[in-house]
Amino acid sequence: MKSAFKALAISALGGLSLAAGSSGAHAADGDTLAAIKQRGEVICGTYPSRPGFAAPDSQGQWVGFNVDLCRALAATVFGDASKVRFEPVSSQQRFPVIQSGEVDVLSRNISITLGRDTALGLTFGPPIFYTGNMLMVRKDSGATSVLDLDGATICLAPGGTTEGNITKFFTVHGMSFTPVVIDNAKQLDSAYIEGRCDARAGDGASLPAIIAAATDTPEDHILLPEQLSKETLAMAVRRGDDQWENIVKWTSHAMLVAEELGVSQANVDEMLTSEDPDIQQLLGVIGESGVQLGVEPDWAYQVIKQIGNYEDVYNRHFGPESTLPTPRGLNALYTEGGIMYGYPLQ
Amino acid sequence: MTRSPPLPTADAGDAPARLSLTELIYSKGFRSALYQVLLALLVVAAGYYLYSNVTANLRSQNIATGFGFLGQVAQFQIGQTAIEYSPTDTYARALMVGLVNTLFVSICGIVLATLVGFTVGISRVSGNWLLMKVATGYVEVVRNVPVVLQVIFFAVVLRNLPVVREAIDLFGFGMLSNRGLSIAVPEAHPVHGWMLAGLAAGIVLAVLFSMWARRRRDATGQHLETLWINLALIFGIPAIVWLVGGAPTEMSFPALQGFRIAGGLTMSPEFAALLIGISTYSSGFIAEIVRAGIQATPKGQIEAAKSIGLRPRFVMSHIILPQALRVIVPPLTSQYVNVMKNSSIAVVIGYPDLVSIGNTMMNQTGQAVEAIALMMLVYLTISLATSGLMNLYNRAVAIKER
Repeated sequence: MKSAFKALAISALGGLSLAAGSSGAHAADGDTLAAIKQRGEVICGTYPSRPGFAAPDSQGQWVGFNVDLCRALAATVFGDASKVRFEPVSSQQRFPVIQSGEVDVLSRNISITLGRDTALGLTFGPPIFYTGNMLMVRKDSGATSVLDLDGATICLAPGGTTEGNITKFFTVHGMSFTPVVIDNAKQLDSAYIEGRCDARAGDGASLPAIIAAATDTPEDHILLPEQLSKETLAMAVRRGDDQWENIVKWTSHAMLVAEELGVSQANVDEMLTSEDPDIQQLLGVIGESGVQLGVEPDWAYQVIKQIGNYEDVYNRHFGPESTLPTPRGLNALYTEGGIMYGYPLQ
Repeated sequence: MTRSPPLPTADAGDAPARLSLTELIYSKGFRSALYQVLLALLVVAAGYYLYSNVTANLRSQNIATGFGFLGQVAQFQIGQTAIEYSPTDTYARALMVGLVNTLFVSICGIVLATLVGFTVGISRVSGNWLLMKVATGYVEVVRNVPVVLQVIFFAVVLRNLPVVREAIDLFGFGMLSNRGLSIAVPEAHPVHGWMLAGLAAGIVLAVLFSMWARRRRDATGQHLETLWINLALIFGIPAIVWLVGGAPTEMSFPALQGFRIAGGLTMSPEFAALLIGISTYSSGFIAEIVRAGIQATPKGQIEAAKSIGLRPRFVMSHIILPQALRVIVPPLTSQYVNVMKNSSIAVVIGYPDLVSIGNTMMNQTGQAVEAIALMMLVYLTISLATSGLMNLYNRAVAIKER
């Protein structure tokens, strides 16, 4: 009896201390930046492998458009773009990992929607890529438009806006389709390539890259011209931490403003001596933007020096000399026919 | 002379006799009851703490809570639906579709695993050298490869069948392609309902006939071969109904129209791969359980049965199996529950089961905790129902010892 009583007392004390010790599961307001600084690196959730956007190269280094945006965040916070760790997450895991605090930011081409903005406890950075859902089919299927695909079988990834968008489009046009929904990206691509499905649905920006990586003969596939939806892609952070949200937001805007002002990775050092007050404000020569964000004054200079402005990043992965040349289209600056617009940094 | 001690008398003013606190603590029964109550309170307190912590955190992040999302419109299409479903139905309906798909593949998997498992298990103790070696090889391979790999293997194999434009023609009655197995089925006709009723009547009559034959055997010792008469009842009565109903022979043939296969019944390769994968995996374990049960039957029983001239099939069904089933049924229950749980591998290959649809719903509404809790509850209910049914069967086949 004595030992049982001891065990009971110990377990009761243990339970009480558990209740007293923990005050909450994870970061609340203002805590994200403190946790990042203490950890010494930014944790960035991204694709397991999506060429052009985020994929490990043959040496295991992460390369891609989303990767560069996360490295820019590390440059803002630490002045060192290498202080970032990448967590690959599938399309079904991406929201739980940011909600639970396992990653600090999702740089995974999340489409901004009202439902996600309100019910998921997330908030979004500014749009960093404009695209839409499109369908890829084999050339020899004979389809030249999405309207030819009545009754088709369509491969798509679960958990995103794609399923709903295709359903809406097909319903509105009085057509039907059969979805094949596979979580694992490699299985999904091989299902389409092997002919299990007639079409592969995804973002128009990503589909050429996906097909190029999945098959040796990407020229056998064509992208159907119709765009079925608006996908406004952005980075996502947890709601409730305004400081971290501002850092993510203004890093993106700094990269756009740098392109507008003509400051690029190549000439940023010379631009330090510029007389233009906008450039001086951007690079931290004058102004209080660093202090107001809670980072060093030369944060934008580090971003542009180590990563580049928006044009540098875009051309590195989708420019004319890259492996996946894509015209900028809507992603060009507002002064050049697109809708990318950087907010002033003063 | 001894004087007996005075008997206690209750005065009007005295309080009723009461144990003191120390006597209570020294009482063993009271202490054990106290510990159990305290432990129960601790468990309840821990559970309440976890629950309130989760809801407080969800609220602080403005993540919606509660089960109201089940009434929202689903907005996504599902590839294989056994019941009516359209994207304008609610999430609850979508989950129901997933549940039906899960149950369907689980039940088919259990049946297939049992058939294959019993066959392989009996082969392994049959005495035929080749059969024993083949069965042993099958069991060793199938038990040691993880079930996910087996399912993916069959999915890849089935996906490499010819594309639907070059489908293998099955004598004009169907086609086999990597879009699935499409077979011709009879066109819907009112007589099919009557045939189903005829089938039910045939089964009932067969059962009654078997019971009557057994009672006659117990009374007179004469054995009546019931197999052929039972088959005639089960298949004959629906056939007679079909003839009476006008013998309709219209079939719906599957054909490729544009991008869809119209007509016939199509079994998708995802369903087939999942079914074969989980069945073969569990059949290995069931084979070993069956072998253990058969070997547990005392050899003297079999020798005695043979020595009085009973036929081998009769020995197996009336002497060996009833004793073996006592040993087989409890571990068989866990294998059946395993088959049902393994059906959730559907997520990997694209079969829309409960977990796959639940994950999509979780991603679209953001309510991970409620969705997972709901799925766990459903699986728990199905498992408990399966175990309950198997325990009933166990009690029924148990040898009643006096």
